[in-house]
Amino acid sequence: MPQTNPKSVFWSGFRAGSPFILVVVPFALLFGVIATKAGLNIVETMSMTFLVIAGAAQFTAISLMQEHAPTFIVLLTALAVNLRMAMYSAALVPHLGRAPFFVRVLMAYFMVDQAFAVAFQKYEASPEMTVNQKVLYYFGSLLPIIPLWYIFSYVGAVAGATIPPEYSLDFAIPITFIALTAPAMRSLPHFIAALVSVAATLALIWVPYNLGLIIAAFLAMIAGAQVEQWLARRAT
Amino acid sequence: MITDKTTLWIVIVLLGLGTYLIRFSFLGLIGNRTLPDWVLRHLRYVAVAVLPGLIAPLVVWPQATGGHLDPARLAAAFIAFGIGIFSKNTVASIIGGMIALYGMQFLLG
Repeated sequence: MPQTNPKSVFWSGFRAGSPFILVVVPFALLFGVIATKAGLNIVETMSMTFLVIAGAAQFTAISLMQEHAPTFIVLLTALAVNLRMAMYSAALVPHLGRAPFFVRVLMAYFMVDQAFAVAFQKYEASPEMTVNQKVLYYFGSLLPIIPLWYIFSYVGAVAGATIPPEYSLDFAIPITFIALTAPAMRSLPHFIAALVSVAATLALIWVPYNLGLIIAAFLAMIAGAQVEQWLARRAT
Repeated sequence: MITDKTTLWIVIVLLGLGTYLIRFSFLGLIGNRTLPDWVLRHLRYVAVAVLPGLIAPLVVWPQATGGHLDPARLAAAFIAFGIGIFSKNTVASIIGGMIALYGMQFLLG
């Protein structure tokens, strides 16, 4: 890569991460507001934001707890939403696996969608980067994202208490999830998986303990994987 | 409303811990071993398998209307989905969906 100066590597990561400010700020605000509306106080909201730093899973947990789903189901579902991060973790090993242990401990805590997307793309495009440069780039890309996630969750939590119910913010949760998944409909298998998920959950709504959702998720994953294989076989 | 604070704290702590372990897994412990293809193939669809199912009942039977199908909310959901698919922009989709909801509520009284 052209810049070998550690500072410039860090700041080129920062520049690559900064467009996500537009996503993180409203999303963090919304989480703060929704959490407050669901009955969480500031300490609870911020503890969740600091400990989990995964918006979709946090919304999932809040939404299921509001429906009084059993704790086990809340955890299972929210962790399933985060399973994609196991893929990120695996994908980063060839690039960052030789970084010092404590650095990896820290990088794991901050492994959010946006940082992964930015850093992984850069690593694939620039194989000549050293491990050190890759680490600097990673943290650079986090800088415009993570602090804003904390700050605006807090702003949302404080502001949330003052928003009256006429604004139908109950519906901000489903809208947010739709907005998060719609861009993920990249291919036919993704679309079929989503369709199976919706149909099966609605059909299995009578199953106790919100287990219908878990069953539906399994069916949907199998459907996605099967369609993918079917398309691959047809293409060859 | 979430009133059971013990459960809430259990969820906050265990979700934080579990999420961390997922993030740490390969990078921290498992190292260079790769996941088998069939596992990766299913993992690719986890998000689109869980999230749509999670919201489907909230869209069809919203609590705010006592569990009755609400045309305004249903239309807003479809509009948000349409904007999201075509613009690939999460924020535009959220804002568009909420504007559609307010607009429909205004029109339908």
